[in-house]
Amino acid sequence: MNKKLEKILQNRELNLVLLTAVLLIAVTLRAPSFLALKNIERIVNDTAILIMVASGQLLVILTGGIDLSVGATIAFSGMAVSMLNQYNPSMPVVVLILLGVLIGTLLGAFNGACVAFGKVPPVITTLGTMSIFRGFTFVLSKGQWVTAHEMTEAYMNIPKGKMLLLPNLTIWAIVVFIIMFYFIRYTRSGREIYAVGGNKTAAHFVGVSEKKVNFMVFTIAGALCGLAGVMWTARYAAAVNETALGFELQTVAACVLGGVSLAGGAGTLTGVVMGALFLGIINNALPVVNLSPFFQMGIQGFVVLAAIVANVLMEQRNDKKLLAGRRR
Amino acid sequence: MKNKIVLTMLLLAMVSGFVFANGGGDKAADAEKTKIVLLVKSLGNGFFEAVADGGVEAAEELGNVESIYMGPSSATAEGQIEIIETLIAQKVDGIAISANDPDALIPVTKKAMKAGIRVISFDSNISSGGREVALAPSDTNLIGQQQVKLIAELCDYKGEIAILSATAQATNQNAWIAVMKEAIKAPEYKDMKLVDVVYGDDAADKSYREAVGLFEKYPNLAGIISPTTVGVLAASKAIEDEGLKGKVQITGLGLPSEMQHYIENGTCGQMALWNPVDLGYSSTYILARMIAGDIEGKAGDKVDAGRMGSITIGPDGETIMGEPFVFNKDNIAKYASIF
Repeated sequence: MNKKLEKILQNRELNLVLLTAVLLIAVTLRAPSFLALKNIERIVNDTAILIMVASGQLLVILTGGIDLSVGATIAFSGMAVSMLNQYNPSMPVVVLILLGVLIGTLLGAFNGACVAFGKVPPVITTLGTMSIFRGFTFVLSKGQWVTAHEMTEAYMNIPKGKMLLLPNLTIWAIVVFIIMFYFIRYTRSGREIYAVGGNKTAAHFVGVSEKKVNFMVFTIAGALCGLAGVMWTARYAAAVNETALGFELQTVAACVLGGVSLAGGAGTLTGVVMGALFLGIINNALPVVNLSPFFQMGIQGFVVLAAIVANVLMEQRNDKKLLAGRRR
Repeated sequence: MKNKIVLTMLLLAMVSGFVFANGGGDKAADAEKTKIVLLVKSLGNGFFEAVADGGVEAAEELGNVESIYMGPSSATAEGQIEIIETLIAQKVDGIAISANDPDALIPVTKKAMKAGIRVISFDSNISSGGREVALAPSDTNLIGQQQVKLIAELCDYKGEIAILSATAQATNQNAWIAVMKEAIKAPEYKDMKLVDVVYGDDAADKSYREAVGLFEKYPNLAGIISPTTVGVLAASKAIEDEGLKGKVQITGLGLPSEMQHYIENGTCGQMALWNPVDLGYSSTYILARMIAGDIEGKAGDKVDAGRMGSITIGPDGETIMGEPFVFNKDNIAKYASIF
């Protein structure tokens, strides 16, 4: 039974791989240069930040919650760190990255505290903090931007440059992926997230603290947003107040595409990475396929929805096969 | 309990949305001099501080003029109305306003004009009837034509050009782009071709992606015009990251303080924007000439506006200052510290 369940989950990811291949072929037919190695590398690099933040979003969604404040958390921590860089150019980059993660962690912990201890539903909490964190970004920056001229070379080089043939930003995403993969799969806390999301009551009776898990997932999501904030502002060499506006929806879409259940309890990190890459391909394909800008947004939504429906249908077929197998 | 927390958070969210600005105008009285007030949207904004500098510059040149800089602490029409009421009581000679609302100020500015104060608006104008002259920094035609000229100068009047705009339905940008499409047909641009218009939605990541998409689609791309501050910044970064500096030129409308890096390192050879110093300067000149009786402030009147040359009052008082100001390596450092 367990093996079969695992197979289905893997199948779901396999389905997404197939869909991604179809999408890639379709785009390449219109723009042949799209499949060039350099461009693939570019797409992966462009999706790195989405992968980081979506893996945090995954944890929250696994508990049955949602984090709408990720975009604002990225904006605030990115702005805060950029301003630190602007006013203390001598501060080492490592410290700035750690501070970014710390600021994100604190904001995430605030979300977590409201949800876990204040008993405010995640949607309401993060809808509120989405405005609060964005508002604080304005207060902090007084509406001003921090741009390339005010940033140090070292700061802008965090995501730039290459190591082991891969762009730094991609390596950051891979590191995040490995840590998160290990955490979700092999640690007690990681497994507890699935337990709470899958069946609260059962989790409670085996001694899993729902409060602890809720607090933890939002805090981790915040930490990843903090890191993403540093990467985002350094990559575009601009910390603006509108940074990552609407990004929360992309992270949720990456999760759903990757087969994560919004009801909680089901979903894998590899699925989310696949979902994020799928979105990344669309984002990068739209500018090169020569479509009217008025169509672009609609097409983006349509492709995502079609992919999800196709994915769900394929899964249902597998479910039926499984049931048929059991009856026999 | 739940409700309370939600409510508190919503309140916090609302409060945090405001940006506080502080400070106050100073109004030293001098009976001898003509008192001209520059009333701006709000204090604590670098753009308007630069407007004030322009006013002082003009006042010094004119000699007998005192330039007074005022504004509410937050950008509201109510705040401006209060200030105008006190200005009427103080009997100043002229007010130039950057209005927070085109209509809300009309009753009080009418009252001011009745009391013998000359009123004009600049930057963000008051509707007809509420001011004598409305000074716009530039107009659609001048901006569009100048953008094409700037990119032509950068890429030697030849090659493929693309436009990276804000959103596909942005009114300003679309009007400028329409002019650019016409302007590029002129004989001096015969070797230039406008190949594409893409939209970055004024988001750094999307603009960056669109710029990279342009490099992919048009390997021979010679230049990008991005008439929006986010776009020109993101495209400059994309050019730099892709190692295309010198191969792909970029110009557009950008804030000097934001673009200083790319202009100084040569990624962006030149760009334009209306200059707030010029706005304050021209407004003060126009008002001073009106108060002195040199001009009526009617359509067709020509104002001798110092270093800005001659500015002609248009129909219904609507007046255009001139072409946007061009920023390049030589002057960027100076203006970057202003706005």
